[in-house]
Amino acid sequence: MKGEANTTRGDAATAPITVELELSVNDQRYPVTVDTRETLLDTLRERLDLTGSKKGCDHGQCGACTVLADGRRVKSCLTLTVTVDDVSVTTVEGLAGAGGLHPLQEAFVEHDAFQCGYCTPGQLCSAVGMLAEAEEGWPSLVTPGIAAVTGPVELDDDEIRERMSGNLCRCGAYPGIVAAIRQVAK
Amino acid sequence: MRPFSYQRASSARSAVAALGADADAVYLGGGTNLVDLMRLGVVSPGTLVDVSRIAAGAVEETSGGGLRIGAGVRNGDLAAHPLVRRRYPMLAEAVLSGASGQIRNMATVGGNLLQRTRCSYFQDVTKPCNKRSPGSGCPAITGDHRNLAILGHSESCVATHPSDMAVALAALGAAVHVEGPQGARIVPMPGLHRLPGDRPDRDTVLEPGDLITAVEVPPLPFAVRSRYRKVRDRASFSFAVVSVAAALEVSGGVVRDCRIALGAVAHVPWRAEAAEAALRGAPATPAEFARAADVELAQARPLPLNAFKLPLARNVLVRVLTELAEAA
Repeated sequence: MKGEANTTRGDAATAPITVELELSVNDQRYPVTVDTRETLLDTLRERLDLTGSKKGCDHGQCGACTVLADGRRVKSCLTLTVTVDDVSVTTVEGLAGAGGLHPLQEAFVEHDAFQCGYCTPGQLCSAVGMLAEAEEGWPSLVTPGIAAVTGPVELDDDEIRERMSGNLCRCGAYPGIVAAIRQVAK
Repeated sequence: MRPFSYQRASSARSAVAALGADADAVYLGGGTNLVDLMRLGVVSPGTLVDVSRIAAGAVEETSGGGLRIGAGVRNGDLAAHPLVRRRYPMLAEAVLSGASGQIRNMATVGGNLLQRTRCSYFQDVTKPCNKRSPGSGCPAITGDHRNLAILGHSESCVATHPSDMAVALAALGAAVHVEGPQGARIVPMPGLHRLPGDRPDRDTVLEPGDLITAVEVPPLPFAVRSRYRKVRDRASFSFAVVSVAAALEVSGGVVRDCRIALGAVAHVPWRAEAAEAALRGAPATPAEFARAADVELAQARPLPLNAFKLPLARNVLVRVLTELAEAA
């Protein structure tokens, strides 16, 4: 579908409306011409050949498409590409540095935190964003005394499960995922 | 999906002007509901006016000790804000109990208030729905209404409002600041959302072109002791089956004041004014809390598959009030 928008319903009678813009993804600039209907997920996968981000449900329910927008985890399947020309996007391809894999990637390998691997890029990006939120003192619904939190939140298994509930794993690798994230959170 | 043009507004006034009299244009906030509805074919605007960059980040103290929250504030930032957590824990809990971390990072306060029902018939364009397609009928009344309304519904529509945040804001009596083609005005909560009656296509009292610019939460000192309790089919990332937002002021074993709202039971976040009136001046005991719940729920008209919500709402309300009284 390269060069075509994600159009699940036929509207052949009306011509597509396109916009030229420049995206910042993994510290690289990409000039693109996109259909206004195109989601960031489709642009990443179909135009930029960054196929790490995965399309699971395409409705914001599974988390496989999770990327970071200015450091915050978001769902690229619900993000229109035209809305992020002023945003710095990081995908799973951008997590590893010159020194090798991101610590979360290492931990996922170590703890066998996947089987088929389809949800893994979204799990990794979500976990990176989630750890930053906890470090900034964002409570979750299971944090005791949310009014009193003033510093980084310590992440036990319940915290990790609650904060990662936007990422489904149909293989059921959750025990490994929780263990991997807990190791990096320490 | 129908092709649409895209504009980005830098101010509320320019957004309202950009929308103008164009009935085919809609505002875009975080897009977590709108983009999905467009993909499903439920809505098909010809123009999107992106309002997410307008005064996006502001949570400010008001002179009286309340908070003014910009409509573009992301749900994640709202729930994390220290003043929100300290002054109105029920509001932070409500937001944190909604959606997932990723979606809270995208969703705006204004968009949260204006999200559409998750009634499965509304979201399925192959089915009739009076909300989506006025006059086509409501299959939910004789179909799957397990999670739909028990209060205030009509023969046209039994949908529920899906927001958690709105339940807390209705309990707190928030003021919604609106900029429209005729200028600025304030819409009180409850009062932003409307019961379906014979116009279920209208979720709110807002007119075409109206834009929510901010939500002002009034000072309410006893709300430092408040709670949002959400009951759902799974532990996280699921819409409410029943929810309760409550703040309770108790002294000498007597309820001096209270604020109560119920979620997932009606087309609106349901402010429980009858229960509040029954409780003011009453002993702060579980028996009185149950009596107040019964007063409120006497007006309920459950459907065959959601009658369970009646005792559920009663029990959750009694539990939340009892916990608040014990903490007093």
